[in-house]
Amino acid sequence: MTSDAASIRPHAALRASGEALAAPWPALQAEAEHLARTLLIGGHGRRQSGRGDEFWQYRNAQAGDAARDIDWRRSGRSDAHFVREKEWQAAQSVHLWVDGSAAMQFTSDKDLTPKSVRAGLLAMALSVLLMKGGERVALASLGTPPRTGSLQLTRIAEGLSKVGEGDYGLPDAGGFLPQSRAVFISDFLGPVEALEEAIATCAARGIKGVLFQILDPAEEAFPYQGRTIFTSMGGGLVHETLRAGDLRDRYLDRLATRKERLAHLAREAGWRYDCHHTDASAQSALLWLYQAVEGTG
Amino acid sequence: MLVLGPIGFAAPWVLAALLALPILWWVLRAVPPAPLRRRFPGVALLLGLTDEEVETDRTPWWPLLLRTLAIAALIVAFAGPVLNPRTERGASGPLVILLDASWASAQDWALRMGRVGEALDQAAADDRPVSIILATDAPQDTPSFLAPRAWRPQLAGFAPAPFAPDYAATETALAQIEGGFETLWLSDGLDHDGRGDMLDTLEARGAVAVFENPRNILAVGATQVTPEGVEVTARRATATGAQEITLVARGPDPAGIERDLARLDTAFEAGETSLTAALEMPPEIRNRVTRFEIDGQRHAAATRLTDDSLKRREIGLVTARESREGLELLSQLHYIRAAFEGKADLISGALSDLIAANPDVMVLADVAQLSGGEAADLIEWTNAGGVLLRFAGPRLAASDVSRGDEDPMMPVRLRAGGRTIGGAMSWGEPKALRSFAETSPFYGLTVPDDVTVSAQVLAQPDPDLAARVIATLADGTPLVTRKPVGTGQVVLFHVTANAEWSTLPLSELFVSMLDRLALASGRVTLEEADLAGQVLQPLRLLDGFGALTDAGNRAPIEGADFLDATASRATPPGLYQGTEVSLALNVLGPQDTLAPANWPSGTAIVGSTAGQERPLLPHLLLAALALLAIDLIASLVLSGRLTGPRAAAAPVIALAALVTLAPNQSRAQDIDAAFALAATDEVALAHVLTGDTELDDLAYSGLVGLSRILTQRTSVEPVPPIGVDLETDELGFFPLLYWPVSVDQPTPSAEAYARLNAYLRTGGTILFDTRDADIAAFGSATPTGTKLQQLAAPLDIPPLEEIPADHVLTRTFYLLQDFPGRHTGGPLWVEAASTEVQSVEGMPFRNLNDNVTPVVIGGNDWASAWAMDRRGNYLRPVGRGFNGERQREIAYRFGVNLMMYVLTGNYKSDQVHVPALLDRLGQ
Repeated sequence: MTSDAASIRPHAALRASGEALAAPWPALQAEAEHLARTLLIGGHGRRQSGRGDEFWQYRNAQAGDAARDIDWRRSGRSDAHFVREKEWQAAQSVHLWVDGSAAMQFTSDKDLTPKSVRAGLLAMALSVLLMKGGERVALASLGTPPRTGSLQLTRIAEGLSKVGEGDYGLPDAGGFLPQSRAVFISDFLGPVEALEEAIATCAARGIKGVLFQILDPAEEAFPYQGRTIFTSMGGGLVHETLRAGDLRDRYLDRLATRKERLAHLAREAGWRYDCHHTDASAQSALLWLYQAVEGTG
Repeated sequence: MLVLGPIGFAAPWVLAALLALPILWWVLRAVPPAPLRRRFPGVALLLGLTDEEVETDRTPWWPLLLRTLAIAALIVAFAGPVLNPRTERGASGPLVILLDASWASAQDWALRMGRVGEALDQAAADDRPVSIILATDAPQDTPSFLAPRAWRPQLAGFAPAPFAPDYAATETALAQIEGGFETLWLSDGLDHDGRGDMLDTLEARGAVAVFENPRNILAVGATQVTPEGVEVTARRATATGAQEITLVARGPDPAGIERDLARLDTAFEAGETSLTAALEMPPEIRNRVTRFEIDGQRHAAATRLTDDSLKRREIGLVTARESREGLELLSQLHYIRAAFEGKADLISGALSDLIAANPDVMVLADVAQLSGGEAADLIEWTNAGGVLLRFAGPRLAASDVSRGDEDPMMPVRLRAGGRTIGGAMSWGEPKALRSFAETSPFYGLTVPDDVTVSAQVLAQPDPDLAARVIATLADGTPLVTRKPVGTGQVVLFHVTANAEWSTLPLSELFVSMLDRLALASGRVTLEEADLAGQVLQPLRLLDGFGALTDAGNRAPIEGADFLDATASRATPPGLYQGTEVSLALNVLGPQDTLAPANWPSGTAIVGSTAGQERPLLPHLLLAALALLAIDLIASLVLSGRLTGPRAAAAPVIALAALVTLAPNQSRAQDIDAAFALAATDEVALAHVLTGDTELDDLAYSGLVGLSRILTQRTSVEPVPPIGVDLETDELGFFPLLYWPVSVDQPTPSAEAYARLNAYLRTGGTILFDTRDADIAAFGSATPTGTKLQQLAAPLDIPPLEEIPADHVLTRTFYLLQDFPGRHTGGPLWVEAASTEVQSVEGMPFRNLNDNVTPVVIGGNDWASAWAMDRRGNYLRPVGRGFNGERQREIAYRFGVNLMMYVLTGNYKSDQVHVPALLDRLGQ
């Protein structure tokens, strides 16, 4: 009995921890798939003839067309010969950088999702959508090149579930492919200089992209009163005040300034910027993100 | 105990802690509220921001005040504050609590017991031995001093006595106590004999505190019969301003139910201590009065029991035709009239007319022969309790009445002719009377020497003659004989009613004898001689609260003592039964007045007006709690921990919590009121909850169906039926209770039966349904029938009869012959009609104007026939086809009739008289 129990225990423990580890991925994936499905309307062709699986149009065969290109079934119904053309489906590379820092774990209310969860969900759903559209997606924190397929989705999910280090996330655009797309998802409350640097790097490589800021409602409203010691999520920054209510206006001013600066940064680089709150619908955020990523092409 | 104004402190040293309050203030003020640590990613944006104002690192003044007040309240609370503290005199040593415990204490007995309880508490605190002495029940031996705790359980056993305190016996008992003692005297506020001496005796032993409740004491005094009714005297102890009282005469109504027979609102005039009010009552009602009361007074003297003295007898006088008109003194009836004058209502006339008037006593003076019809009437009247008083005379002596055979209206057979003694033509002297034997109703009357008999009729010496003789002459010749007839009796005086044959009518003895005989049917006045030799057995006794209780096996009282007796331990007030009369002994004698107790100046009077001792601890604790709760919310608000919707909810929750904490009373009344409203808003049918869910549902559906039919067809529009729990619900709201009998039903409790009986007596009707008419035929005992007997045994149900064809129930709305439910043909039982009402030829109905029957018993399972669901579908099948539908219709009609019957009573029966009434009105 003892030996049985002993042999079972490590096995069970391993399995339990494995399940706990694996738990967020299928859920995140499923949720992301679910969210993405609400936006999938059909093929995402390039609206021009080219390589692809989807039928685009018939055209009259011209000199130079190979005989095997002629669609005989169509040609048999008329006197002319027709060539069946397919829609051009070019793959695009999209790099995602999702802030996984401690600041993203914040939530002001137990009914609200933490910013990191919302960010992960949006990133995952966006990945699903983009892969359905034939794009290749990479998660910056993984350091892998953009790929497509379910294995890549699993990898992205794994990468999203990791909590990064530091109070605030620093964007890293080093591994981004030239001419690709970039999506930066963060609260952008940390030092803005690192972001400026990253965007400059991207702009130099011809990368277009999106700055997507996710904020908690409390960060927008600052509903605090009384004597308070504010600390950052990691505990690195501390600020003490005797009357938190008095700081509100000045805080809001600074927040507005930060947003303005982000928007300005995006405008200058030809990027797009938006701010999303965790109490708003994830679907509308995804719609905006997807159009922004597709539209910047 | 420290006393400050109306507030005393049990532990005043705790108040010293109040000195620490300023320090607390200073400490609290120096310490600002603790900072709140908050994780906030936006802190990066806050860096470098400084506070604009740096002043409030101190607590604001108002939370400080709140906290200080809360602490102060706590300190004061634990110092044991008491409102209206009883200041002890701080004495030690034995304490005697002397209770007058007379009827005058009964009205506020609970207050007195509360005062005794307080005194015991205090004595327990001071560790003093206590003796409690009731002046109406003074101990025979040395009063025992016990620890106050030991007296506690005995308090409930003390009760006021219905007589005055016996101070002499109390002094005897107190004299046996050695050493001094303090006394708390709970006086009843009246000046009883010996009170001053008592006070002196007590003061000689130690300090005396007298407790008095300043309250006027009311009592009913003597009653006097007048031709119009009864004059009642009411008395009060102190002559204050005008005071309104209500006098009530209570007694059984013709149905035997105790009722207020007459009420009179009257008032003491300012400065008067007595009033006399005349309650107008016809003699029939006056004769039924058993007690007079002052409404709202609950003690023995506010109740005056009546005995036979209220009843004025009617005496019918019949004589043979008087031949010598105008010769008053020779009239056969002259002396009888004189004897009864002023004591009874005398009527004279023809025998048949007198019998119709149903007098109590009938006097036949020398009436020999009675016609056949007259004799029959007379026998019937005597059987019903009449006393027939016959006097002999020349006609009787000459007639053949009771000569060969004993006449039913004569006590003995008579020998022809009679005898004459001491006349001119006879030997011997006129005979005197022998003193009365013990068995005689005249026993105890003294025989004057000058009463002689010179002529009389003689009794035949029959075997039972000796038993019938109640007065004899000196030679043993029967003078008065008597025999019982039914519940009445026939008495024959063997002499004339005038002075022709004897001097008896001239003597005082004659009056006494007639009075004694008349007592058999009522009493005129009572004198010592009347009761001499009699023994009075107590029947029912008054207790101190004025309630009548059964006397049990109390020792009887000598009749001779009774007249002088005042209410005391030996002769408690109540009703006493003599041989032929019932007598009442009341708390106040006819001449007794009430006088307030006047205490000599210097006596310590402890009133109860100072107010009850009330510990303030709970109130102060509650106040402290409330302050702390407010402080809690305020602190949360101040420190920013209370945000969003919680901020709005918090004060509401705090307030609700405080309200819940606050002393909370009377919620059950609301429920009762809601039930009463539901039951009385409109007429509601009700059924008894049997505990069998299916049966209860069926009964409910049945009443729903009946209610529906009633609404459709009649002006009775009942609200939905109500299931009544006999144990808890008030029954008085319902005109009819439907009680389906179930074998498994638990038998209601005694209280429930008491309320059911009250319900039945006050006009309620119960419809018992055994639901077994299909198997109950021919008197077989069914399970539910047996159960019904069990259930109904404690109920006050009159004799029943199977419903007669002319019962009002057959025609209150529909004309009905039978009363089917789901079963048909089962008998229906209602209260038996009076047997005196005979059916009149040519009238379809008897003239039955009695009450609504309190019960209707049957087994036809009406609920099943009536049952409807909400949409009006019948729930149970009845019979087959059209006949079944007809049966159901008749069942509904029975329900309608029954409802009309209980709601309108015998209105339909009275309708019979409408033509006669209209005729009389001349229309």
